Amino acid sequence: MPNRPSSPTPRRAAVIGSNRIPFGKAGGAYANASNLDMLGAALSGLVARFQLQGERLGDVAGGAVLKHSRDFNMTREAVLGSALSPQTPAFDVQRACGTSLETVTAVANKIALGQIDSGIAAGVDSTSDAPIVVSDRLRGTLIKLSRAKTIPDKLRLVASIRPGDLAPVAPDVAEPRTGLSMGEHQALTTLKWKITREAQDEIALASHQNLAQAYSDGLFDDLITPYRGLTRDESLRPDTSAEKLAKLKPVFGKGLGEGVATMTAGNSTPLSDGAATVLLGTDEWAAERGLPVLAHVVDAEAAAVDFVRGEEGLLMGGAYAVPRLLHRNKLVLADFDFIEIHEAFASTVLTTTAAWADEKFMVEKVGLPPLGRINPAVLNVAGSSLAAGHPFGATGARIVGTLATLLARAKKDRPDGGAVRGLISVCAAGGQAVAMILEAA
Amino acid sequence: MSDAYLELVNSGITKTLATKLGLPRPAHLRRTDPSAVDTPLVPGRTLVIGEGPDTDAIARVLLGWDLDVHRNAPEGKVGAVVVVLTDLTSPEQASQRVRALGSVLRSLAPGGRVVTVSRAAGPEDEPAVAAVRHGVDGLLRSVAKELRAGATGNGVVLGETVSPDAPSAVGALRFLLSARSAFVDGQFVRVSTPDGAAPADWTRPLEGRVAVVTGAARGIGAEIARVLHRDGAQVLGVDVPAAGESLATVMNEVGGIALQLDITADDAAERIIERARARYGRIDVVVHNAGITRDKLLANMKPEQWDAVVAVNIEAQLRMNDVFLAADGLAPDGLRLVSLASTSGIAGNRGQTNYGFSKAAVIGMTRSLAGRVAGAGTANAVAPGFIETEMTARIPTLTRQVARRLNSLQQGGQPVDVAEAIAFLASPQAGGINGEVLRVCGQNMVGQ
Repeated sequence: MPNRPSSPTPRRAAVIGSNRIPFGKAGGAYANASNLDMLGAALSGLVARFQLQGERLGDVAGGAVLKHSRDFNMTREAVLGSALSPQTPAFDVQRACGTSLETVTAVANKIALGQIDSGIAAGVDSTSDAPIVVSDRLRGTLIKLSRAKTIPDKLRLVASIRPGDLAPVAPDVAEPRTGLSMGEHQALTTLKWKITREAQDEIALASHQNLAQAYSDGLFDDLITPYRGLTRDESLRPDTSAEKLAKLKPVFGKGLGEGVATMTAGNSTPLSDGAATVLLGTDEWAAERGLPVLAHVVDAEAAAVDFVRGEEGLLMGGAYAVPRLLHRNKLVLADFDFIEIHEAFASTVLTTTAAWADEKFMVEKVGLPPLGRINPAVLNVAGSSLAAGHPFGATGARIVGTLATLLARAKKDRPDGGAVRGLISVCAAGGQAVAMILEAA
Repeated sequence: MSDAYLELVNSGITKTLATKLGLPRPAHLRRTDPSAVDTPLVPGRTLVIGEGPDTDAIARVLLGWDLDVHRNAPEGKVGAVVVVLTDLTSPEQASQRVRALGSVLRSLAPGGRVVTVSRAAGPEDEPAVAAVRHGVDGLLRSVAKELRAGATGNGVVLGETVSPDAPSAVGALRFLLSARSAFVDGQFVRVSTPDGAAPADWTRPLEGRVAVVTGAARGIGAEIARVLHRDGAQVLGVDVPAAGESLATVMNEVGGIALQLDITADDAAERIIERARARYGRIDVVVHNAGITRDKLLANMKPEQWDAVVAVNIEAQLRMNDVFLAADGLAPDGLRLVSLASTSGIAGNRGQTNYGFSKAAVIGMTRSLAGRVAGAGTANAVAPGFIETEMTARIPTLTRQVARRLNSLQQGGQPVDVAEAIAFLASPQAGGINGEVLRVCGQNMVGQ
């Protein structure tokens, strides 16, 4: 790819720190919290942790996937409700489940280009407070009604409303172009790559165990601020076991044939509520405030696949984004001390890594040499979305905060002073994915 | 936490009724208005009783604060009476000054102050000298019990080498005259050395200082953070991760840093130092406020109830202080340690053997540390009595009503009252006060 810019960028944005609220289960602890409430809470904790009260930051990027129309300026509203200077600008972004990895990219790029020297990247989502919209027919009638001038006109329009028009339309996670849910899409990919139930349950078990361990190690003391009585992720099951996971009945792919369905509620992410934030800046900006630099953003890549005609699996974007990103940065999988692959489903992790190792797939579809097998010891070492939950817009920022902390800790323990790197891959609806490389400072 | 009885006896027909029946009438105490700190310093004229150079020196200090100072009983309401007794050498010499004080007590304004300034009695003193010096103890504590309408009586006791206009003598006098000492009553502040410095701005004595407050998420700890911030300090608030939400709220209010950590962790002090050094390069004040209760009669107490209280309330402080005191160049102007003790640690409390032990242990630790840090800092403790907090709100109603009235001010104190005493002991003007336990209890009947 000769026309792409080469890394490193003029100056690398520093990941200074992060804060999120514990992720809740849909209808759980945050059932009555809005996106704005949760984003505000996560922001408040970040401001307090890094003493940003009254600071005018360069920019704040945030976003949500399921968003009320009244929240059109959600991130700016959250900033206005925070202790940050009201002169801090903000904008909203949406790239499905990759939203807050995209906001990190956006803020990091502005910093790298010298446009700003500090900023916050954030994301939030609520499946409990999801926007419900009215049917298109009722919406059309209501718009006409607001324009109608005479009483007879108004009465005629009101009379035209049918009971069926009143049924609310709730958002779902089905792809608009295929009508299939994300789970059904992934079930097709799972079958294609012959991923076993056992391998998926193993990923799920490790996610819960690793996340629980990370909590007891105090990893999240400087990454999470409790909210509404929740001090840990609501989906975390520290006591789950292979036996318990094996008992669960498949929920996706049941129509694909006898005995081939492998995806259960245990190895698929639960619907969740939550928000996460990342503080970014230049090294100098951090030093002036006595703040640590945990890691630097090295590079990022977005990819998309043609899932509509069945050319590729919906959630296989990571199989394209990561090889391209690594190729551009002249890195191989073995160069990474930590690899974070968002667990939309346990099988997403497995199909993505299987694709990276598959010579035919890599050469024919990606056009790059295979990446080889991933070392399981570096994968999602502090747990991932299966255990933590996955509020769509918040996941990228959660991963960046956790990974940057892991990198900083590993760097402390590395006497040789060699580079300590981390890789992130987050798949997203619409056949998309965002990948990022961080390097310990 | 509101005190409905206090409101009832201070308004309308219930006020008249309470007065007729001779019921206890707790007053609204004079407290600091954050928008006008120390203004006015006292609620009326100031009378200075005494003779000689010490009295003159004190009168000059008071004039320096633009007080309306009188050497003879003035007409109208008196806001404060300062009785200087430092020159007395035998008990019979006290008569005239004490009677002069008695003659103005009826003119004392609501929220007024009586402050004695005397010298500490020591074993080296002649018997007659020691007698009059210690006599002040019983005099002042009795006067304090005779005052009404939120007025308080307290004393400044000077060590042998301390002149009445030494920084901490002046600092203690000002604290006791001001609204900052609202719930301090019947107490003595002992100034043992001439150390300390008058602040550039008396209303912001902690300007440029960095203060660590443990247990800062709520209650007394949150109020300590607010008062230290009001007095000019940069605050680093510490609390357990589970209290992070309220910690963040408090720190955002005071422009401070929220640090979520459990003080019983082995590396707690190191992490606090690391954060403070990175941001400020120093720590000037450490307020050990974090504490827990696990009340149970000793016969029924489980080992974990005893151990948890001891671990949080005293062991963590001991471990952290070792690290703070060993840290090179951490406190260029000397480290000020202030710990929360409790009247339960002085007089004991049924059902609180673990808590009483831990809080008395804090007092023992404070006295020991005072010797260790002398010349390069101070270690003091504040012992709150009945304070209106979420914790005391859980006491059954009748017990709570009785507990509130068992002091000279006939009411519970507010968290801010404790915070004010801590801010004073952390301030530059308290540098000559070391190893003291200052009670903030409204002159509670239990203990001294």
